[in-house]
Amino acid sequence: MSKKRIVCLNRRAPHGTNYPQEGFEVALIGAAFDQDVAIAFVDDGVFQLKSEQNPRNLGLKNFTRSFGALADYEICEVYVEIESLTERGLVEDDLMTLIWEDEDDGDIEKPLLRFVGQDEMSQIISEADVVLNF
Amino acid sequence: MLHIVNKSPFEKNSLASCLRLSAEESTILLIEDAVYAALVNTSVSESVHRAMDEKRIVALEPDLAARGFDANHLINGVELVDYDGFVTLTVDNPKIQSWL
Repeated sequence: MSKKRIVCLNRRAPHGTNYPQEGFEVALIGAAFDQDVAIAFVDDGVFQLKSEQNPRNLGLKNFTRSFGALADYEICEVYVEIESLTERGLVEDDLMTLIWEDEDDGDIEKPLLRFVGQDEMSQIISEADVVLNF
Repeated sequence: MLHIVNKSPFEKNSLASCLRLSAEESTILLIEDAVYAALVNTSVSESVHRAMDEKRIVALEPDLAARGFDANHLINGVELVDYDGFVTLTVDNPKIQSWL
């Protein structure tokens, strides 16, 4: 099977629908099949990365804690659009802290979230072989 | 009259329509993804703040906590209710409009 560049484009808020959880699982499945997976958070999708979410009183599991496992699946490219954050009154410090260890750079810990402007986000989307929308 | 909004103001125009078409003295309850409308420094904060001149804006606390926010992130004047408070609002208001 040829390796494809897959971008999972997440545009929905975390707990109102099931899309975000499905998107996360699909990203892991893609990585498990040894594909080149990147995840992009745009529009309300950036709310998925807010720290200290606690949907217990809604009877829901906090799936967003699982973002901490992305690096274990070798998903090391996670992009967040700055314009979407700004429109929602969010700054980098409002989001969860996620890290990965760069094997090609002496296992140095690096931030998993990469904050990009809309031009770079546009490029990430256009350079994908497949864009999956959630 | 009680107006209930449950959609994100950044994704749907439910909140904008509710703010535009609800009468003075209305109570607007934000639940589910609509609680994002109660946050400060967003592109809709100003319109929500302005609406409070003549309307009461209330947000459901468990939905806010689920999404990682608390009272410190709210626009000044927005009230929080728990599920009991939600029930009280529905009992106190004979007419309820849900902006689905």
